Amino acid sequence: MIGFIQQIRRRTPLGWLQLTKQKSRLLVAISGVAFADVLMMMQLGFQSALYESNTRLHQNLNTDLVLINPQGQNLVNMSSFPRRRLYQAMSVEGVKSAEPLYVNIATWKNPETQKETRILILGFNPNKPAFDLPELQQNLNKIKMPDTMLFDEASRGTYQETIAKVAQGETVNTELERRTIHINGLYKVGASFAADGSLMTSDQNFLMLFPKKSASSVSIGLIDLEPGYDPQQVAKSLKAYLPSDVKVLTKQEFVEFEKNYWSTNTAIGFVFSLGVTMGFLVGVIIVYQVLSTDVNDHIGEYATFKAMGYSHAYFLGVVFEEAVILAILGFIPGVAVSLGMYRLTRIATNLPMYMTVARALQVLILTMIMCGISGVIATRKLQAADPADMF
Amino acid sequence: MLQSPVIDIKHLDHFFGQGQLRKQVLFNINLEIQAGEVIILTGPSGSGKTTLLTLIGGLRSVHDGSLKVLNKEMCNASAKELVEARRRIGYIFQAHNLHKSLTAQQNVQMGLELHPEYSVAEMRSKSAQMLEVVGLGNRINYYPEDLSGGQKQRVAIARALVSHPKIVLADEPTAALDKKSGRDVVNLMQKLAKEQGCTILMVTHDNRILDIADRIVHMEDGQLSNANLQLVTAG
Repeated sequence: MIGFIQQIRRRTPLGWLQLTKQKSRLLVAISGVAFADVLMMMQLGFQSALYESNTRLHQNLNTDLVLINPQGQNLVNMSSFPRRRLYQAMSVEGVKSAEPLYVNIATWKNPETQKETRILILGFNPNKPAFDLPELQQNLNKIKMPDTMLFDEASRGTYQETIAKVAQGETVNTELERRTIHINGLYKVGASFAADGSLMTSDQNFLMLFPKKSASSVSIGLIDLEPGYDPQQVAKSLKAYLPSDVKVLTKQEFVEFEKNYWSTNTAIGFVFSLGVTMGFLVGVIIVYQVLSTDVNDHIGEYATFKAMGYSHAYFLGVVFEEAVILAILGFIPGVAVSLGMYRLTRIATNLPMYMTVARALQVLILTMIMCGISGVIATRKLQAADPADMF
Repeated sequence: MLQSPVIDIKHLDHFFGQGQLRKQVLFNINLEIQAGEVIILTGPSGSGKTTLLTLIGGLRSVHDGSLKVLNKEMCNASAKELVEARRRIGYIFQAHNLHKSLTAQQNVQMGLELHPEYSVAEMRSKSAQMLEVVGLGNRINYYPEDLSGGQKQRVAIARALVSHPKIVLADEPTAALDKKSGRDVVNLMQKLAKEQGCTILMVTHDNRILDIADRIVHMEDGQLSNANLQLVTAG
């Protein structure tokens, strides 16, 4: 190992010198790699934003365990199960409370544009709020009033005026399922791919809005545990105790359940993976072009070095040195541009696009592999450097 | 004291191509070259001089006969042994073949890097010294594109000689140069070779430089002329 480092220190950095001698070609190569990086970053960013945004409500649930109908697919597509199961659950050791959460997606009139838009409505016991949001705590008394609701200020759409009015303490009225409703409070969760926005209200208001729904048909059961009980353990006893028409999940499993829906049941996950692959391939082609042109340009010099006694492995080293340099030099502007693009996307769509260290590392490794593959293809041209042709 | 020759060739044959296309290019070559000799190899194009040079230099493998370079048998040598053999030999080509992305000093240093006994500092000082010797001390940081043809060939000579090889093989080193630069280049080669005690084997068509040779070997149709003429230097 020490010998290897000493060898590196003795070595003339041929790859680096070759790349930096031709500034314009280096610039093209770096922008190519950066472009591929941005493509991959954006696709991965969208993908994880999709999963994040669809589980933000789940992540804010004020609960330890969740009961759902096994037929349920995702938050806006929940089958209901009998409320009796909640009462049964209360008799299991460690369960402190079991509360219903009612979920439905409906059409309302946007209070500003008067256009009909789909919106997610969540109804729960106001004395035992289903979500762990500070704004919700302050506004709990409001939703006890008939037809009064709270609105997600991070919803996607033209709601600026509405939000401003409500924030000033005014009440905004609009229509939902042919009833007039009053919005006089806000909370912040954010839009998702499934629903552009959401409203929260009491279970009573929810049932009045949807007369066909009954209080005994629960969408999601929220189970709070006594302190000191392990959710996994209690989930086990609940599974054993309850009939199979309900599924018991921990909060984390419920988040995964939603992510799983979007990744397997829609084309979205596939589309983004394809996007990453495309970015990867674009990078491979660009880097290959640059490396093989470079090898071609120096084939005579390489043959001379071979005649002097440099081995084939030495030139493989030079090509890979160039590949790694391009990967790193391209990655830096790639990340910088991606950060800007993430910010733009956040502002434009309210999607939670954030750069994580893990993703940056993932893309860096992909870039290295990308440049490595290009390097492997480009080194085939090295065979053409035959020192016997030099004379 | 009887010294063994640095290059000792016995009954060397060489063929190109396979099967029916197989064509013999070298026929029963016998040649001994002693340490410190300057040999010029002449002959018409296609006579096999360059092939002989590439065989001695380990750039092609030898299959028939015996070819000993510095007491190492090159016949049926492995690829690795050939690479090893090349490191003990200095090459000067018709074209200078300097690396465009490296400065004169870095180019010369590439000739030393293959020899692990030199440290980075030694490589730097030796390469600078060598460029001084060939008269380019004030141009060590120039790139090849900023040097004239003769200067480039002198850098190439510095590169070939910096590691003090026992043998230097040169293929038409003056072909691309005008009369004066060509003369300077061969004089320089001869001077350095004498100082370092190294053997030079040079292929050339250039009649203007034949006088530097200790011995001229003529080759025709893949065979050495029977007489290894002692050169009578003209005035």
